[in-house]
Amino acid sequence: MDMVNIKVNGVSYEVPKDSTILEAARYAGIDIPTLCYLKDINQIGACRMCMVEVKGARSLMAACVIGVNDGMEIFTNSPKVQESRKMTLELLLSVHDRKCLTCERSGNCELQTLCNEMGIEEDSRFEGALPAGEKDNTTLYLERNNAKCILCRRCVAACQNQHVSVIGANNRGFDTSIGCAFESGLADVPCVACGQCIVSCPTGALTEKDNTQDVIDAINDPEKTVIVQTAPAVRAALGEEFGLPIGTNVEDKMVAALRRLGFDKVFDTDFGADMTIMEEASEFIHRVQNGGKLPMITSCSPGWVKFCEHYYPDLIDNLSTCKSPQNMEGALIKTWYAQREGIDPKNIVSVSVMPCTAKKFEIKRDDEDAAGLPDVDISLTTRELARLIKKAKLNFNALPDEKFDDAMGISTGAGVIFGATGGVMEAALRTAADVLDGTSHENVEYHEVRGTEGFKEAVYKVGGMDVKVAVVSGLSNADALLQKVRSGEADYQFIEVMCCPGGCVNGGGQPIQSATTRAYVDLKATRAKALYDQDKAMPLRKSHENPVLKQCYEEFLTDGPNGHKAHEILHTSYVKRGV
Amino acid sequence: MQKRISHLPFHDTPEQAQKLDAVIESLKGQAGAVMPALHQAQDIYGYLPLEVQKKIAEGLGVSLEEVFGVSTFYSQFSLTPKGRNHISVCLGTACYVKGSDKVLDRLVAKLGIHPEECTEDGEFSLTACRCIGACGLAPVMTVNDEVYGRLVPEDVDKILAQYAAK
Repeated sequence: MDMVNIKVNGVSYEVPKDSTILEAARYAGIDIPTLCYLKDINQIGACRMCMVEVKGARSLMAACVIGVNDGMEIFTNSPKVQESRKMTLELLLSVHDRKCLTCERSGNCELQTLCNEMGIEEDSRFEGALPAGEKDNTTLYLERNNAKCILCRRCVAACQNQHVSVIGANNRGFDTSIGCAFESGLADVPCVACGQCIVSCPTGALTEKDNTQDVIDAINDPEKTVIVQTAPAVRAALGEEFGLPIGTNVEDKMVAALRRLGFDKVFDTDFGADMTIMEEASEFIHRVQNGGKLPMITSCSPGWVKFCEHYYPDLIDNLSTCKSPQNMEGALIKTWYAQREGIDPKNIVSVSVMPCTAKKFEIKRDDEDAAGLPDVDISLTTRELARLIKKAKLNFNALPDEKFDDAMGISTGAGVIFGATGGVMEAALRTAADVLDGTSHENVEYHEVRGTEGFKEAVYKVGGMDVKVAVVSGLSNADALLQKVRSGEADYQFIEVMCCPGGCVNGGGQPIQSATTRAYVDLKATRAKALYDQDKAMPLRKSHENPVLKQCYEEFLTDGPNGHKAHEILHTSYVKRGV
Repeated sequence: MQKRISHLPFHDTPEQAQKLDAVIESLKGQAGAVMPALHQAQDIYGYLPLEVQKKIAEGLGVSLEEVFGVSTFYSQFSLTPKGRNHISVCLGTACYVKGSDKVLDRLVAKLGIHPEECTEDGEFSLTACRCIGACGLAPVMTVNDEVYGRLVPEDVDKILAQYAAK
């Protein structure tokens, strides 16, 4: 790597030649404050928070966009720099809804943190005018409150990064606001509900639609049996809300917390994931053997499914008809489990905790109601679960370690890795290889499809034939691949798509980490490692070995995976939405 | 000022549609094509309604929001149609102190539209403009190319009647 010599606050450092001042300062152990900067997503130098003094330069320079050069002398802590930072913050505050006490992001707001750190003493030095601050409550999954928007455009960049681009800056100057074309609500534009905008937002302008009160009401209703399921990726991130290091697997404490919150049964979506593998692998084999539509593309990720319906409606027949693990599990809770336990499904409230905002949309889709009732009634994000735990004043870190309830709490390592990009493919391959080869393979790890790269491909010999697979995460990668599928250029048989970059571990419903943390830690890799470690330690690592799943097919879905009954309960259909 | 958006029904002629298609075709694949496309589309239609912006977005392979963002950023783009008679009321300093805001209020009340809007019958559109250099006649308004000066709000009724009759 080519290096250059620079000085930061009078001390000499050797840093890579292609660093920005912001990156170079990190080598010197200095974090330059930022607001609009978000590594790999938004580097536009718009907010003017990161201004530094450079010797010989006429004015202060934006550290996030200016590159270093040899001999550069940078000052990050001079009176001029400090005054500039203070002024920037005071101007932002002059047009900001400063109701921090009741703001969801209080304590985890980058604007608030900077104001505290920079010693802002009064929040109204400049008498600004609060902009109208339109709220957008039109969707099932997201709320925008522009009175708390600082126009950093991180959400806009995150949306562009997903090749969706339904939000942007409208009008100019003081009237600028982030919104949709022709000032429509988000529900009326082809938004895919991924929530990457929310986890990019430095303030409280973007939040998920909070459904915690619905859960509290259900739990306090004596008529209702309230059953919760938690997605794989939730356990890999929930601990962050309670001060644990990123990548800590808190499955056991999470289960204990859910019981103490009053849920009657605590199930694991990993079971639903195992069911998904049985159905999806069987569907794939059926398609291959019967000349069905190929490539078959996974359908677990509701943001991805919505993207396909809006932007590639011609390819919806390529989507697996399998419901997502969440809805398979929800469907079985209200059918098989209800029947077995003698509970009227009308009295079951089926709750899910997901790393995802699009799941809130998915539960309201058509054809997701196996028992004639919604498979899942309420879907919470990881953040909402943390909110419930905090509200109940549970000392999370001191909770005992507990296990999921039997029945749908039993799962395999294959179900766990669903939360990371490549996980669904790997889980499917574990089962397909055993079933088609008629043997139990010892090797269960498919390393070619692991890792956080946006696009991966491999060829595996399964059942005597070469199966060419592709794995993509992040919709920009999906978009590129789908164009090749559409043109016939790509010759894959099986494709896994996850909407969020890195998969569900990096979902839009996960705990929000600041831009500074995201500059140092690769969230997707660190959280995914927790899942792969858990998989490795599990006695059962193949979905078809799940004993409860076997029981379910013996007792209930008696015509087997991808059979008639399974189709009624575990499969769904899609709609051509268009843009 | 926030751009006003027209909710009047959109009509175009086959000639206009053909012209817009040609514009989009000529700009396809070019970087920064949104701006020139909007310029030329406004020349064709006089304004930039949803239908036109959608066509540009689809044609150029960019999102509708990107097109809309550009169209609301620059003041020369209009999202509302011009009427057969276009009225401008000067809100420059001299006219304003002479009460042009009252003239504008009267027009708003009489026409039932706000500045940057067009009446449903397409007869009148209204805008508030900056100084037009006729301060000696303040307060001033123009209808098409005609200048009316030293106005009092009551004059509005008579002037409008003149044009409505045509």
